[in-house]
Amino acid sequence: MPSGIAVCRVFPAARGQSGPCSLPRPLSLRTVNSSRSAYACFLFAPLFFQQYQAAAPGQEALRCKILMKSFLAAFRSLAMVEKSVEKCCISLNGRSSRLVVQLHCRYGVRKTHNLSFQDCESLQAIFDPALCSHVLRAPARVLGEAVLPFPPALAEVTLGIGCGRRVILRSYQEEEADSSVRAMVTEMSIGEEDFQQLQAQEGAAITFCLKEFRGLLSFAESANLSLSIHFDAPGRPAIFAVKDTLLDGHFVLATMSESDLHSPAPHRLVPPLQAHSTPHLDDFANDDIDSYMIAMETTVDSEGSRAGPSIPLSPGLRPPCSPGPYSEDNDAEPSTEPGTPPPKKFRSLFFGSILAPAHSPPGPSPVLAEDSEGEG
Amino acid sequence: FLFQEKIITASFYNWVSAMVAKLAKICTLRISPQTLNFILSDKVAGGGVSMWCELEQENFFSEFQMEGVSAENNAIYLELTSENLSRALKTAQNARALKVKLTNKHFPCLTVSIELLSVSSSSRIVTHDIPVKVIPRKLWKDLQEPTVPNSDVSIYLPVLKTMKSIVEKMRNLSSHLIIEANLSGDLNLKIETELVCVTTHFKDLGNPPLASEDASQDRDPEQMAEVRIDIRKLLQFLAGQQVNPTRAVCNIVSNKLVHFDLLHEDVSLQYFIPAFS
Repeated sequence: MPSGIAVCRVFPAARGQSGPCSLPRPLSLRTVNSSRSAYACFLFAPLFFQQYQAAAPGQEALRCKILMKSFLAAFRSLAMVEKSVEKCCISLNGRSSRLVVQLHCRYGVRKTHNLSFQDCESLQAIFDPALCSHVLRAPARVLGEAVLPFPPALAEVTLGIGCGRRVILRSYQEEEADSSVRAMVTEMSIGEEDFQQLQAQEGAAITFCLKEFRGLLSFAESANLSLSIHFDAPGRPAIFAVKDTLLDGHFVLATMSESDLHSPAPHRLVPPLQAHSTPHLDDFANDDIDSYMIAMETTVDSEGSRAGPSIPLSPGLRPPCSPGPYSEDNDAEPSTEPGTPPPKKFRSLFFGSILAPAHSPPGPSPVLAEDSEGEG
Repeated sequence: FLFQEKIITASFYNWVSAMVAKLAKICTLRISPQTLNFILSDKVAGGGVSMWCELEQENFFSEFQMEGVSAENNAIYLELTSENLSRALKTAQNARALKVKLTNKHFPCLTVSIELLSVSSSSRIVTHDIPVKVIPRKLWKDLQEPTVPNSDVSIYLPVLKTMKSIVEKMRNLSSHLIIEANLSGDLNLKIETELVCVTTHFKDLGNPPLASEDASQDRDPEQMAEVRIDIRKLLQFLAGQQVNPTRAVCNIVSNKLVHFDLLHEDVSLQYFIPAFS
């Protein structure tokens, strides 16, 4: 999860509406990382909670920010929480500027955490999944299995569509010119059939931070949800979404763009995404090897319906420099590669704070608009 | 360029590479028509350990093909980070098929291609490209099988897990350890510091029959042959042994060397620890 500051926004019931009582607005939790290259937003419908009391109608939406570390400290041990906590009450005390998290535990034990908060501006990312040209959606379990072969310390991964409409995940390593110890490259190829939705052209690919993605993925796996990935051209943010009837989560991650590349050099050409590794240089008698490989495959109890030869990524796609922008956020990360190059940033997402007008319009915010899009 | 391909049906390989990864950060993989070897040859200041692990390829691979530099030098020597290989093969635990191939993708790689079992009809394929360094022929002489020295005593080892837990505790007390054994089946692990001496005695371990008859006749069966070694090196060796081997022998050359000779089913592992100088 991107560490940093969470913004809680509690929407009041819409003002000025008469007639059937309208539902109070959901609770939203948003955060962005310090390099502004990852944004997360979770919306919880009132029904998610046993009891939900928003601000009284006519009141402003209550909006505050708290330190993530403090908030997480209240839920320090998940195992402890599951075993001993019966109820959790979160309330905003405007007068004393405190967010109160009260855990009602067994045997009458009550733990109260008073977190100070600050008023803040609205934090909203401008993004619309519907504008993305590519979508893929799969049960979180499938994606969880897909990232399993990758080392936990791996920072970035490239996701793309390979030949035969196979979805390819490939570890991304910045190539260092004189490195004597090169890193291993891992590639995972998944068939289209494993996806609930796959709307993307072959050759489409993006590179993003795997660590951030793993955060959302583990949540989605535990909640047994499907995860959809909306993306566009490299450089444009990618949107990762989970949804069920009571909650709505989005991660918006920056992706590497072509212009992040500093000096194009022949050895920087990204090896093409492919379903099988096939040697490429002229040293090999390529044809012989391919046919040999094919012959070998068929003898090993496989169907002939394997993906064919590789296809290169969309022309002009070059690997940009590894951003390594997460060093600030990596306090909690157990291991950072020794000797990582000086951090270069992802291009930051193109959003900033939007000064909310004094009277919040009753219309839905851009984020909520997605719900009404009713995807899938 | 050298080309070689093999297909492995069983996912046995996993623990071999995991074991090697514990013993040597960087190791050499030697591929020859009959065998596969993992080699560690640490010549640093003469105090380094050596490891020689050998597998007969026909016991493990359904298909094996290789082509060395030339007919006389029909072998390939590759240097790699052992953790990469063990991590790659870990993925193969639920594999339907596994292929290992030497490739050249901007730099030489050992490409491990794994087809995973999948619930759906389409298969999932994982490919790991492990960067390797091809070792030139002129350096091969340093990577040959170490000659097994004439040992003074040869003895069967006790259960390795027991040995490991004992050595772990001893490690807190001293950085050197004396390993001594005789031809009557006795083996002792000793540490001596200013404050304390601790000895663990193993009895009735049994001695394998010695190759040369003369040496065994002359030696008093009760006489101990000892060697003082760096305890960390012994611990590193023991830490790599997850499963008790089929056969485990310890050969001691007095004050010079201890040689561990293990056999795990079809894999033989030899580990040499020189005396601490």
